[in-house]
Amino acid sequence: MEEINIGDYSLLGKSIPRIDAYEKVTGEAKYAADIELPGMLWCKILRSPLPHAKILNIDISRAKRLTGVKAVCTAKDFKGFRWGWMPITRDEPPLAEDKVRFYGEGVAAVAAIDEETAEEALELIKVDYEELPGVFDPEEALKEGAPVVHDYRPNNISWEFHMDFGDVEKGFKEADLVREDRFATGRVITGFLEPPAAIALWNSSGITIWAAKQSPYFVYRHLAQCFNLPLNKIRVIQPFVGGGFGGTKNDSVAGDFCSVLFSKMTGRPVKFVYKMEEVFLTCRRRHNAIIYNKMGMKKDGTITAMQSRLIADGGAYTAIGPLTMYLTGCISTLPYKLPNFKHDAYRVFTNNPVGAAMRGHGVTHTRFAAEIQMDMMAEELGLDPMEIRLKNAIEAPYETINKVTIFSCGLKDGLLKLKEHPLWKERKKENKDKETISGVGISGVAYLGGARQRGYQSCAAVLRLCEDGTVEYLTGATDAGQGSDTVLTQIVAEELGLSIDHVDIQRVDTAYTPCDAGSYGSRVTALAGEAAMKAAKDLKRQLAEYAAKEWNVSSEDIVFKNNKVYPKHMPDKAIPFRKLAQIACYSGVGAVIIGRGYSQYGIEPYDFEKGIGNAGTAYSFTSQLTRVEVDKETGFTKCTDMIIAHDCGKPLNPGLVESQNQGASVQGLGQAIYEEFVMDRGRTLNANLADYKMPTAVDAPNIEVIHILTDDPKVPYGAKEASEGAIVSSPPSVISAIHDATGIWFKELPVTPEKIALALREKKKE
Amino acid sequence: MEKKEIRFKINGEDTVISIKPNKTLLEMIREDLKLTGTKEACDHGECGACTVLINGVPVNSCLVLAMEAHGKEILTIEGLKQDDRLDPIQEAFIQNTGMQCGFCTPGMIMSTKALLNRNPKPNDDEIKEAIAGNLCRCTGYTKIFESIKDASSKIGGK
Ligand code: FES
Ligand code: FES
Repeated sequence: MEEINIGDYSLLGKSIPRIDAYEKVTGEAKYAADIELPGMLWCKILRSPLPHAKILNIDISRAKRLTGVKAVCTAKDFKGFRWGWMPITRDEPPLAEDKVRFYGEGVAAVAAIDEETAEEALELIKVDYEELPGVFDPEEALKEGAPVVHDYRPNNISWEFHMDFGDVEKGFKEADLVREDRFATGRVITGFLEPPAAIALWNSSGITIWAAKQSPYFVYRHLAQCFNLPLNKIRVIQPFVGGGFGGTKNDSVAGDFCSVLFSKMTGRPVKFVYKMEEVFLTCRRRHNAIIYNKMGMKKDGTITAMQSRLIADGGAYTAIGPLTMYLTGCISTLPYKLPNFKHDAYRVFTNNPVGAAMRGHGVTHTRFAAEIQMDMMAEELGLDPMEIRLKNAIEAPYETINKVTIFSCGLKDGLLKLKEHPLWKERKKENKDKETISGVGISGVAYLGGARQRGYQSCAAVLRLCEDGTVEYLTGATDAGQGSDTVLTQIVAEELGLSIDHVDIQRVDTAYTPCDAGSYGSRVTALAGEAAMKAAKDLKRQLAEYAAKEWNVSSEDIVFKNNKVYPKHMPDKAIPFRKLAQIACYSGVGAVIIGRGYSQYGIEPYDFEKGIGNAGTAYSFTSQLTRVEVDKETGFTKCTDMIIAHDCGKPLNPGLVESQNQGASVQGLGQAIYEEFVMDRGRTLNANLADYKMPTAVDAPNIEVIHILTDDPKVPYGAKEASEGAIVSSPPSVISAIHDATGIWFKELPVTPEKIALALREKKKE
Repeated sequence: MEKKEIRFKINGEDTVISIKPNKTLLEMIREDLKLTGTKEACDHGECGACTVLINGVPVNSCLVLAMEAHGKEILTIEGLKQDDRLDPIQEAFIQNTGMQCGFCTPGMIMSTKALLNRNPKPNDDEIKEAIAGNLCRCTGYTKIFESIKDASSKIGGK
């Protein structure tokens, strides 16, 4: 088993196998779509065939009469309920009300005895539309006279966010070189394999829903609001989740609201499972963005100022967009020293599917632009791309101009490791044959972990001691695949000196588990981990008092280790943990021992209007080398190697940290060279896995992860984020590698073979 | 549509079932036989989540009609374990963290099973080729490759 010494621990720092691995390799693990209840109905949603249209009339009478159909609903049945991330941006109804705003938006839904009947019924619903002119490009949508998507935002600006620190004009004056470029990031989707699904039941105890969510407490609140029920009548039960990556599974989908409503209407359980086509046509995707970036640099490579203007395609509704805009700017001041910075971000409504969060949220866009522009300028100034990064890299402790505080930073350390790596040292020596040319690129980025959205962040752990010395662990945190259940259990077991199989973690059930913000912003290990640690210490403290009495020593001197308990310096007196549990549970009338803890990290406020302060608890630093081979004729690019030097502080489970980096960098590779929705007037033309190309096993490069160890006081055991840095570092390092191979800078993602072949042909002509 | 009776062996058990001729093998496995370990993601033969073996050959069960199972032997993820003993491939996926969310895992393991049955010592390219039709969005594949190599060495490869 892989092991990294991160301190005097028995479980932390070890690649303990995932605690859910057995269920996953045997097929035992139940996901939402695997659950059935007797008498269950199927819910299907009718979707708009137009991107922007008034709904004149919906005739459901024929559908209702079809044998096997039990209920039909439209927007009217939701009585004006709308949801959204902020009270002032609640603009999204479960089903379209007076008009549809994107192709594929839900307009009506059916509940029937089986899937086939439900599908048949959809065809019997007649909707009269009056088509409206649509707007599909965010820059077009900003123009005077563009079609208006929402009346409450007549200029189509869904949200804007501005930062202004130092004096950029002064900074540009001080520079020897100033560059302005236009960059663009692509239209991509999270790409989880498990489509959204849920099974809902409404009865006298309220709503119970088994739903595929990475943040179940979002849908918990949405359902309470929608159906006007108190939270203690909402029970969200978490099955296994087949991937999340932000966006859709951090939010509610039309199917959630419709299936609950249908269960209320019919008294029967109602299930829905989206088809992959529905996922691609209608689910949240990453905002695609245009970034106008301006950077000033001295001859020696010192960055003097940066100014970015970002225009993001928000699609038809706001969703979590305001946070996206915040994130495009708030850590642009990392990981390089930046004395002057101005940022203007506009999220623009269009008649496209909704743009929302995705792994690497917000940061991917602006960091891509800044990294590539920095490389371009280094080239113009005759500087080495490695040296320019080393020159500008921050070092801890550090405070950025917008008061982001860094207590640990492994960027330089990582870059220096990469500098010595054979892939970098020998990159120029390669024999380039006639057909393919190779190149190596580099990037260095930062990402926030333990992220906080605005307001409520509570996150807790409850541990119940069983009389045989085993422990039940309740957490509101969700493992959507990242492995948090394993890491959190490692933490509890470590603190209690137990082996890992003595601690049993429960998946979320809002009836029993404590409230939690969710799995996003790389927050679980930092925040739920802190809660777990505190709950374990609390449980230990209570048990230690019984032990202290037994041995007549101070409770502080009780050691918990290897499933045993003993007074410090007297290991020969050790008794099994089980025995102590029995002493506690059976003495007197019998104690009931419950350990409790909640997260208190990062409680200082940050300024969401101006972009000041820490939106994260701690920050990870990732530097990456990528090697590609480009076919000169076809432009076909094969990524052969990625070396990722990742500072997650202390890897509590190195294998899981590596897996996060590997997964994120390949997802980033998809964004860099493969993935893109092909759109025609709001309609997604490649709404399937064959035409929307995600990386396969054949496309995956060899990936080496180098753990850069740092010590951060802000997070439990010094463990920082490990899942999002590499999706930020991957695209710029891939594009910089393609430049190294071809001599061409590409500024718009994805860089497809066609783009490369065309550019190479142009270059030849010159 | 009139149901037709078919007979086949699934995970070693003889089975007789009446089924609508337009049902896919995947639907029969999940809905009629309640073997939900086999996953449905794309339903169009594009992701491999639904991979099962028919007479040892891996197929996307969403593309095959249930009727095709008649007279054949089907193996699904539930059939790999023998009297509580995991298949060495399952062991290797556990020990090498060959999964994250696990949604691709049953299909990935079934493709691996077929590969190692016909070629116990595959090289890197053969491994990649064998699971080229199995998408995984979580792992970036590295630890899946490592799991397969480890399984291969345990099964009696090098
Ligand atoms: S579900 Fe069969 S290949 Fe995707
Ligand atoms: S582990 Fe999630 S898709 Fe492979």
